[in-house]
Amino acid sequence: MAPASALLLTRLMLQDFRSWPSLTVPFSGRIVLVTGPNGAGKTNLLEAISLLGPGRGLRGARTAELGRQVGGATGGVALPWAAAGRFRDPFGQEFDLGTGTPEDGPPERRILRLDGAPVRAQSLLAERVAAVWLTPQMDRLFQDGAGDRRRFLDRLVWALEPHHAREVAAYDQAMAQRNRLLAQERREGMRADAAWLAGLEDAMARHGAALAAARRGLVARLNALMAEGVTGAFPSARLTLQCPVAAALAEAPALAVEERLRADWAASRGRDAAAGATLIGPHRADLVFTHAPKDLPAALCSTGEQKALLVAVVLAHAGLIAAARGFAPLLLLDEVAAHLDATRREALFAALAELPAQAFLTGTDAGIFAPLRGLAEAFRASPGASPGQLVADMDFVVPDAL
Amino acid sequence: MATDPNPIEHLIGLLARLPGLGRRSARRAVLRMLMQPEQAMLPLAEALRAAAAAVQPCQICGNLDATNPCGICRDSQRDQGLICVVEGVSELWALERAHAHRGLYHVLGGTLSALGGIGPEDLAVQPLLARIEGAAEPVREVILALPATVDGATTAHYLTDRLRPTGAQVTRLAQGVPIGGALDVLDEGTLAAALKARRVV
Repeated sequence: MAPASALLLTRLMLQDFRSWPSLTVPFSGRIVLVTGPNGAGKTNLLEAISLLGPGRGLRGARTAELGRQVGGATGGVALPWAAAGRFRDPFGQEFDLGTGTPEDGPPERRILRLDGAPVRAQSLLAERVAAVWLTPQMDRLFQDGAGDRRRFLDRLVWALEPHHAREVAAYDQAMAQRNRLLAQERREGMRADAAWLAGLEDAMARHGAALAAARRGLVARLNALMAEGVTGAFPSARLTLQCPVAAALAEAPALAVEERLRADWAASRGRDAAAGATLIGPHRADLVFTHAPKDLPAALCSTGEQKALLVAVVLAHAGLIAAARGFAPLLLLDEVAAHLDATRREALFAALAELPAQAFLTGTDAGIFAPLRGLAEAFRASPGASPGQLVADMDFVVPDAL
Repeated sequence: MATDPNPIEHLIGLLARLPGLGRRSARRAVLRMLMQPEQAMLPLAEALRAAAAAVQPCQICGNLDATNPCGICRDSQRDQGLICVVEGVSELWALERAHAHRGLYHVLGGTLSALGGIGPEDLAVQPLLARIEGAAEPVREVILALPATVDGATTAHYLTDRLRPTGAQVTRLAQGVPIGGALDVLDEGTLAAALKARRVV
């Protein structure tokens, strides 16, 4: 029996979505497990669920890429696609949410329907559904540049503060214009208009201080939640936002920080022109993960420990969304158990069983999910001969109805 | 269509290029006109010809009118010490429809955009400064009625700097809750702006 505050997906229907020609599957478990070999379409299933909410889903894909391809690898066309979910909200109310490309519309246009009526604003969607996810691609966060970690953090902020995306875009746009003016000055040897540069730096300061404050606030709330032990027996992470702007906001009012940013940028025009880039600002921030129990930076942790840190952050994020929205978001955990040892896996499963959220897990090997027997509803996906099949896995006893 | 001199298709093609009209609505408009060429078509043709011949940008403010200077600039009843700067003629007309501004206007002709290749020299900034310097009656206030976008805000900041030596007070439009609007449907950015711009009642 699920706690009252979980949002539940009780049915998923797909039509020509990625590898799935057609699928209708009811879900009755609070933990849903999908196993199958590579290429069986497990991640596509999670992606479809992730698209039933604000944003571009867990792959960040363009709408035109999502239709099932027919006509071979070269010169193939993507079919119009649809994905629809039936949800039950924490008050027991059911609603249907569908998305896809219109039959007669352009393939890059995506429509959203809530109980059959068009959804005009993503913010309305955010009030009803939310999902957080963890994919194998995110393992690279610890190797890649700071940009990926920054985008990861911005996506976490955005899920709670939809306005954040606009602050980031406005900041980036103003900075791109400043860089363009400085590059022109350098190329043409002509002095760039100082008042114009000051106008752009003013926009950067206003939006930059706002987005740094939002990032800082989220990191603090995530850390507080992880320190409280929201992740249960799961090793928790500590996040550090490395950003001078965010640090300055801890000591001075936002207006003073904006003032200082404007002055710093005005003073560094020559250096930035020579570098061909703006060298200081919140666009240079980095997010550092630390393994809290070991007090060890993530970069020095093993692959499995890094995965554990990401799981901890995602679980804490789900907790924040639950607190803000009044319902726990869907957890989409793609291939999450593979890198974890048996102890950690069991800690993860225990944490999931404790959380008031519906979780979808995928994996190639059903065996490692054995501890979930009696807790999870399980399906097997199979590629090839009969695509689009999702068969109940009878090794797992279907748990009590929701 | 270039090889086909069909006048109906030619007319639909011309109309469909106008903003707000697609081929479908152009076809409907043409069909309606062709049903009543005397009443609906020839007067329109005459009106188009007359407007094309008479209307020109105002040499002072940039508004479009059949007289030059335009009717607003020639109206001595309007406050000559108050100039409202707008991005384009469309914004000027919107403000005129509201009957809220009793001063004069200045059409900028766009906003600064380094990425779009629009610099200060592409906008009517110099004419604005020259106009304020040479005004018979001193200009007390310049209202910046520019869009609430990054480019609009950058342009406003730029103009504020350039207008400082003129001694005119520079103001900008308020941002916040629309009239008749409920708070709970406003986006976070607008709500934050409205809260920042609150005032004592």
